[in-house]
Amino acid sequence: MSEILGLSGVCKSYGAIVVADSLTFSLRQGEALGVIGPNGAGKTTMFNLITGTVAASSGRVQYNGRDVTHDSAAKRCRAGMARSFQVPQPFGHMTVFENAMVAATQGANLKGREAESTCLDVLDQTGLLDKANAVAGKLALLDRKRLELTRALCAKPKLLLLDEIAGGLTEEECHLLVETIKAIHGTGMSIIWIEHVVHALLKVVERLIVIDFGKMIAEGDPASVMESREVKEIYLGIEVDA
Amino acid sequence: MSVVDTHRVFRVTTASRIASVVGLLLLLALAAAPWWMGRADLRLLGEIYLYLSLAMLWNLLAGYAGLVSVGQQAYVGLGGYALFALTIFGGLHPFAAIGLSVVVGALVSIPVAALIFRLRGAYFAIGTWVIAEVFRLGFAQVSALGGGSGISLPVDVVRSLADGRDAREATSYWLTLGCAAAVMAIAYLFLRSRNGLALTAIRDNELAASSLGIDICRSKFVVYVVVGGLTTFVGSLIFLQKLRISPDAAFSVNDWTAYVIFIVVIGGIGSLEGPIIGTVAFFLLRETLADLGSIYLIVLGAIAIAVMLVAPKGLWGLVQDLTGLRLFPLGYRVEPRRAGKE
Repeated sequence: MSEILGLSGVCKSYGAIVVADSLTFSLRQGEALGVIGPNGAGKTTMFNLITGTVAASSGRVQYNGRDVTHDSAAKRCRAGMARSFQVPQPFGHMTVFENAMVAATQGANLKGREAESTCLDVLDQTGLLDKANAVAGKLALLDRKRLELTRALCAKPKLLLLDEIAGGLTEEECHLLVETIKAIHGTGMSIIWIEHVVHALLKVVERLIVIDFGKMIAEGDPASVMESREVKEIYLGIEVDA
Repeated sequence: MSVVDTHRVFRVTTASRIASVVGLLLLLALAAAPWWMGRADLRLLGEIYLYLSLAMLWNLLAGYAGLVSVGQQAYVGLGGYALFALTIFGGLHPFAAIGLSVVVGALVSIPVAALIFRLRGAYFAIGTWVIAEVFRLGFAQVSALGGGSGISLPVDVVRSLADGRDAREATSYWLTLGCAAAVMAIAYLFLRSRNGLALTAIRDNELAASSLGIDICRSKFVVYVVVGGLTTFVGSLIFLQKLRISPDAAFSVNDWTAYVIFIVVIGGIGSLEGPIIGTVAFFLLRETLADLGSIYLIVLGAIAIAVMLVAPKGLWGLVQDLTGLRLFPLGYRVEPRRAGKE
């Protein structure tokens, strides 16, 4: 299978503080990759570097066979990269449907009825259809997270980047979300998913990477990564060798 | 059954249908005003239309594109001087000069944008003001245009507008009415388009907008140039009404920016209805407080502060929060289809 995304030696530092340290990995077309790591490890920074919200200090980002390191976030979105934000970023004064329309008309470059029906379909899929006319700024947390997912999908991405989309949800809400993401992945969508709710993550992803202090410290099949020494050290705080 | 079969997307509302009918009737009644209104009332209305146009344009700039300019007088003055220079030295008919002023304004705004778009926030605002001052000082140096003391529009240019004073007053009035209607139509159609949707998204959240494929800098640049061109157009009409221009009048920050900001802020920034309500409120205040002299400005300031504290979204924001009313159907509404009905 061909590669949709490739990072090679991507670094980002603010002065002496290194927030991304030589990140190198690739994602196959249609693969679902999970990302875990403690708070402040640099997971969201990695998304910012992939999507172009933040420019890399060095290294290269390849997307769909093209070097996109110097492309703007807008250009990368139009090329088929869409993300959800960990802290939801709705267009607060617009309705849910209008939020979706922004993604469909700008990100996916759809027009008129085609854009409208795409938005209706996605809203139906993400469970927001009955709130289509609600003002986005007044939504509760679950719906804000759903709106993040909705907008990303309305941009008709080839690569979907999800940033802690299950965080703060109840068990039942989380289950619904996992089913939705599974269905999306089932259509052949390539996904990278950052998540603290590991049991939700493991239901979808085929491969897992672990990031700490801006560095990738483990990678591989989810079960073996979760059993690895590095992960146990980080999450359980035990010195395995001691 | 797919969701497209069960739901429909609407753009017009009942309120907006009524508003468009009322608006059209009002436009017709106002267009007939020269036959049923006195000369002084016509002049006042003409001034109101021009302020409404300036307010609509500034609202696009600051309320939607987030470009808080306090230097739009640069374009008003440029428009005035373009009218005088093109008619006096270019020998153009005033109509041609007014039409051409749009192009002049847009062309001038391109290098200005290249310069001031390097600045952000408060620095941008100050930069625009500095540019306007540079324009004022520059035009004061041109002795052919009257230098610092100004110049009047020659009688033959004024006469070429129409035969007889009443016809001239009426022509001038229709130009201002047409200008306000055109600016409103342009603003409405633009905000309703996909570019307008992008601009509204930028207004609400720049981070999300750029991540969803919107080129923020390009969008703002386009708005700045279009608003620059149209503000120049309004400026040429303002000085066609006044028939006399001087650098201080042409590039007055009070007349062409401070009052306009007042109108937009008390009316409701970031909505199309706001500038209309604001213009009505401003002229009601001005006409009732005109005898107070400089106290009038203090009253205006106090009202602006009070509105900002009590209703930060302006008078229209207050109305909208209470009633949910929308006169301009810019948005989208999703409604379930009723069974047995298309």
